[in-house]
Amino acid sequence: MFDSLSSRLQTIFDRLGGRGRLTEDNIQEALREVRLALLEADVNFKVVRVFIERVREKAVGQDVLRSLTPGQQVVKVVHDELVELLGGSGHRLAAAAHPPTVVMLVGLQGSGKTTSAAKLARHFARQGQHPILAAADTYRPAAMEQLRTLGAQLDVPVVGAAGQTPLAICRAARDEAAARGLTPLILDTAGRLHIDEAMLDEVRAIKRELAPHHVLLVVDAMTGQDAVGVADKFNQAVGIDAVVLTKMDGDSRGGAALSVRHVTGRPIAFVGVGEKAEALEPFHPDRVASRILGMGDVLSLVEKAQQSVDQEKAQELVRKLREDAFTLEDFRDQLRQLRQMGPLDQIMGMLPLGKMLRGAPAELEGEQADLGRFDAIIASMTPGERRAPEVINGSRRQRIARGSGTTVQDVNRLLKQYAQLRKMMKQLKGMEGRLGKLGKLGGLPGFPMPRG
Amino acid sequence: MKFFSGLRDKLREGLRRSQEYLGGSLDTVLADERPIDDALWEELEELLIAADLGAPLAVDFVNRGREEVVFGTVTRAGQLRPLFRRFLADALAPVDRPLVLDARPSVVLMLGVNGSGKTTTCAKLAAALKRDGRHVILAAADTFRAAAIEQLEAWGQRVDVEVVRQAAGSDPAAVVFDALKAATARGADVLIVDTAGRLHTKSNLMDELAKLRRVIERQVPGAPHESLMVLDAPTGQNGFAQARTFNEAIGLTGVVLTKLDGTAKGGIAVRIVRELRLPVKLVGVGEKIDDLQPFDAAAFVDALVPEP
Repeated sequence: MFDSLSSRLQTIFDRLGGRGRLTEDNIQEALREVRLALLEADVNFKVVRVFIERVREKAVGQDVLRSLTPGQQVVKVVHDELVELLGGSGHRLAAAAHPPTVVMLVGLQGSGKTTSAAKLARHFARQGQHPILAAADTYRPAAMEQLRTLGAQLDVPVVGAAGQTPLAICRAARDEAAARGLTPLILDTAGRLHIDEAMLDEVRAIKRELAPHHVLLVVDAMTGQDAVGVADKFNQAVGIDAVVLTKMDGDSRGGAALSVRHVTGRPIAFVGVGEKAEALEPFHPDRVASRILGMGDVLSLVEKAQQSVDQEKAQELVRKLREDAFTLEDFRDQLRQLRQMGPLDQIMGMLPLGKMLRGAPAELEGEQADLGRFDAIIASMTPGERRAPEVINGSRRQRIARGSGTTVQDVNRLLKQYAQLRKMMKQLKGMEGRLGKLGKLGGLPGFPMPRG
Repeated sequence: MKFFSGLRDKLREGLRRSQEYLGGSLDTVLADERPIDDALWEELEELLIAADLGAPLAVDFVNRGREEVVFGTVTRAGQLRPLFRRFLADALAPVDRPLVLDARPSVVLMLGVNGSGKTTTCAKLAAALKRDGRHVILAAADTFRAAAIEQLEAWGQRVDVEVVRQAAGSDPAAVVFDALKAATARGADVLIVDTAGRLHTKSNLMDELAKLRRVIERQVPGAPHESLMVLDAPTGQNGFAQARTFNEAIGLTGVVLTKLDGTAKGGIAVRIVRELRLPVKLVGVGEKIDDLQPFDAAAFVDALVPEP
């Protein structure tokens, strides 16, 4: 989409010929393309309208003579403006002066409150704090059991029993937190419609009594135009301090982030990127901006690699990507690292070309279980074969298969996947080349700039 | 299906808020005395996009409207309203197909992304079929999410329907295998399979679902008779990618549109019907057990764009 948006913009500007400045006229058509891209990303149409005006003001009069690629220059203006509107990164949930710090989660049914509550608990526990959870969803069948199960997995206490009111559960949880010196206290409330006054009263009552320091609105990243209405209503009725954007591990473009941010003025604190408890990340506006524009999320990928592997290996990965020098031994390393990073398709989803590549990793995915076999196969090769797999002919394949206790089919599969990964890396490299050019324009945030 | 009643009223009630929104704004945009100019087209386009109908549909309809104006068949803004109603009906009606559960046992596979409302929909459908005198069994094949099995069991007790289950974390295919055996042995009319929520981009989870489908196919010829993707009305354009991917991987017979009692219009469903030729089969219009209704294209159009 980045490719298609910027190349579509480029086509428009190519037609304009060699005019030196972006004028009101020649930018009109370009902004129509931007508008469609944003709408397709589910940014609310009212927000799009305001946004396009801002971009128009910024873009008109800009000098394009120095750039041969006004299309990309407009994308840069759009991107920067998106980043600014999405707000600062690294919003922290400050600890209260008098513990426990109380964090309350609210949102529509199915937005991901319970899962987010558990993820937040893990997040705080990893910071050395001692969180406690309150299961205040007394409506959805087994919602309490769900939180209790998740709490047990994380070794975090969960307060709440059947037959109690949500308010009573929250009170009991606060008392227990105070008595045991646990903080923060995370309140998981029931999902409710933003137009259900009775249910809003309930959450207001909890808010009055518990006085949470942070009220977090949980919003599904796949939400469409209605995100504005939901966020606005929750903000007015309950008052929210920050937003948790969930299910960002899919391929939704996450335009709801911009809508919610615009209408509430509240920052997005966290992003949910998977079903497991550790799949919670801080919000990075530049990355989400890239994603809304369909430019992928390469920085997140690099960061994920750093987290799962280590700094040195991540740099090694970047270097290998750049140099396209990558042997079967590296392949074995990569497979191990990739497995630590998470499902391959999730990683692919973060890449601009992710959709295109998705076929290949699907096959890789199924083979991850075969890692032991792959180890054996690669170990049975000569050093020369590992460096230059082209030499592996039929008889070598048979020898390798015998040596590793596998079949020739296994060897073939390994070689095929190695070839696929190389191809993917070439595509990545090509992408980086294009982005390099952009870098000269002053640098686009959200791209894999060499780190360190 | 006859066991659902008062559909049109229910649907209209459920969509009332959407209607207030879209209907009310349409009154302003398409006020009869208004000149048909660029500003009108733009506002109309935005209104349709605001209902999550998607930019392609909005652009298509605006182009259609412009043509009619050029041909002189539309001269007043008010005439665009019936034109739009027809446009929507033409998109929805040809694909309008009810749930078909004639085989015995009929197997319904319920699937979708996380949090769309699968478990609740399973329970509501079980209750509706039971009211109609059918013998229903539920299969708790979401063995992944914490307490998903307990959730379905709680529903099973509430609507008095047997739930076939295994321990959390067990193989969903094994649960389905057991449930199919139970359904056949007990002469059940319908088996409803509740699956774990999964994002359509996770290929390993999609493979798991395809395997589930194969298990069902092998054991009951012709099954699953319905493979329904549950989609919640607030979903934006990503709903289209969901439907397309699930359809390619599993083969869908239709869509269940849930949570229509909020303010979202569920317009993405129209895009799914129009571009993928997949019918919407059921709609969830509230939290009560009988708030699941068969979809009716005409009622949906009426509710979304009421006659002036």
